[in-house]
Amino acid sequence: MTDQSPLISLRSVSRTYRTDGIAVTAVRNVSFDIAQGEIVAVMGPSGSGKSTLMNMIGLLDLPSEGAVHLEGADVAGLSEDRRSSLRARSIGFVFQSYNLLARHNAIENVALPLVYCGVGRKARLARAEACLQSVGMLHRAHHFPRQLSGGEQQRVAIARALIASPLIVLADEPTGALDSRTGAEILALFAALNRTGQTIVMITHDPSIATQCRRTIRLHDGELVSDERVAELVPRRSAVS
Amino acid sequence: MTMLQGFQIALHALRLNPLRSFLTMLGIVIGVASIVTVFAIGSGAQLRLQEQIRSIGANVLMITPGAVYQGGVRLKDGSKLTMTEGDVQAILEQIPEIQAAAGSLAGTAQVIHEGKNWNTTINGTTTGHFMVRDWQLASGRYFSGAEESGAGKVVILGSTVARELFAPGDDPIGAQIRIMKVPLEVVGVLDRKGPAQDDVAFVPLSTAKLRFLGSASNINRDSVAYIIAKVAADGQMAGARAEIEGLLRQRHRIPAGQEDDFKVQDPAAAMEAQQGAIRTVALLLVAIASVSLLVGGISIMNVMIVSVTERTREIGIRRALGGRMRDIRLQFLCEALVLCLLGGAIGVAGGITLSMTVARMAGWVTSIDSEAIGLALAFSIVTGLIFGFYPAHKASRLSPIEALKTE
Ligand SMILES: Nc1ncnc2c1ncn2[C@@H]1O[C@H](COP(=O)(O)OP(=O)(O)OP(=O)(O)O)[C@@H](O)[C@H]1O
Ligand SMILES: [Mg+2]
Repeated sequence: MTDQSPLISLRSVSRTYRTDGIAVTAVRNVSFDIAQGEIVAVMGPSGSGKSTLMNMIGLLDLPSEGAVHLEGADVAGLSEDRRSSLRARSIGFVFQSYNLLARHNAIENVALPLVYCGVGRKARLARAEACLQSVGMLHRAHHFPRQLSGGEQQRVAIARALIASPLIVLADEPTGALDSRTGAEILALFAALNRTGQTIVMITHDPSIATQCRRTIRLHDGELVSDERVAELVPRRSAVS
Repeated sequence: MTMLQGFQIALHALRLNPLRSFLTMLGIVIGVASIVTVFAIGSGAQLRLQEQIRSIGANVLMITPGAVYQGGVRLKDGSKLTMTEGDVQAILEQIPEIQAAAGSLAGTAQVIHEGKNWNTTINGTTTGHFMVRDWQLASGRYFSGAEESGAGKVVILGSTVARELFAPGDDPIGAQIRIMKVPLEVVGVLDRKGPAQDDVAFVPLSTAKLRFLGSASNINRDSVAYIIAKVAADGQMAGARAEIEGLLRQRHRIPAGQEDDFKVQDPAAAMEAQQGAIRTVALLLVAIASVSLLVGGISIMNVMIVSVTERTREIGIRRALGGRMRDIRLQFLCEALVLCLLGGAIGVAGGITLSMTVARMAGWVTSIDSEAIGLALAFSIVTGLIFGFYPAHKASRLSPIEALKTE
């Protein structure tokens, strides 16, 4: 990774879905860069293409037109297997509905991405323990998702996103299913992570959350309508406990 | 992801729903158990036959009573003893190819020695019987001429009877045993010939007639139940057989065109034919058992397809977290394999138990060979691969984005 080239770079990216001959363009001609260490909020009304954009950044989907570059390399040139491996090592997903595996306990869930990085069981569990510790969930390591509250599940999910030390954490409405207090705690966790240098892209509907990010990208009907950076001097209303 | 991790994930998933997993593999369990059992019974039956063929001895002809007519009514084969000691003598003297021959009368009785008690076959015969069957003594001697002609109170024991009546250190030779209240001296113990053959006690033919069957009215003084005769060489079997038939028809005064009142058989040849039949039946049964393996495979495929549908979201999560298509495929393939292997192992254990139970309850000889077990396990692995592949492939082809959207 060189300092000159951005971590993520989107060049005139469009994504068109075709169902039964009807074409829906979910993302239209979007270009922007994300640098190492940034925290970016993505906002926009429902159906404006936020998740579609996130899937392309996260290598789950490829653009119909334009190009997505990860560390300077066009991801369209990578094989399906290579993109999967990159997801394991370089991308950390956090979902609105947590998406923990119900039949595995917290620590196994956190360790899961390392299975696909070829890390042995002992090392996996040791690293999962450290990650659970960092999100304050170590005491619940052997609980199953159904035994945890929504906020606790989301913390476990964040630990899982972090375990492979990814280049970027992608969170799709991570506080969408939580009450405002718990949501604020999760947000504080992201803010703290970002202060350690973790790059984060977060989809949110909540303007108050967006204001805590130094940069906000707004989408409308698949098009990028604004890309604003907040000056460093504006105090963050962080909720670090 | 490695194969080992695939198996770990599979075991974890299957442990969560043990009943369902067991029911899923039941078809394989039943299929493999039946294959193992059929093999065990089939090869047991073959072994038993081979043993019998060996025990009869090479180039032996057996003459048994045939149909008889009484007042124009045909009676069942063997309902009347039609052969005599005179027939034995004539066969021995007039047919040059015959090396040895002996007539026998047989029944079952209790044999008693000092409070030990054993129910066995009592065979009244002559020393010629042992010559025909190439049956050597382990100790002692055969009957003497005087004992054969004078209803001597002597007995030669088969090894099973000797083992049942005498303690391991005891020498049976010279001991007194009793059969139907008659005291007899043990003069010989025979070599082992096979479990089905060794459970017998031999007395002189004259002894059997005088002391055991004396009062039986339907038995002619001169009758024997069957005759065995040894032919000198393999190539002379057919000729010797024809000569015996001619001789006996003449002696029994059977007019031309009437059915013989005796049958000359080549027991070894008959048993060999029987062996072929057993092999055919066993193969047929294995084929039927394989069908249940097929059904078991289909049931696994069915459950796996349902499982893939149920776990679509899990698949989406695993893909998003970096699982490659082949990792997902391996995971589900491992699940199918574990089901089949576990089912196969349970089936092998069940088959062994079943065939041992059959062996004990029905008294059949069964033989479990490792080849049949290996074959059954190989079958179940192949079944797992074949029927697990489609569901696993289907799982791997799911789009991660779509999969994550499902409930
Ligand atoms: N697989 C698909 N096939 C067809 N159309 C799709 C598909 N996925 C998304 N779309 C369409 O693309 C558009 C953008 O969807 P997307 O999920 O990105 O919106 P979003 O901004 O994430 O909305 P929300 O805030 O509700 O999550 C929508 O109009 C949607 O109907
Ligand atoms: Mg969305």
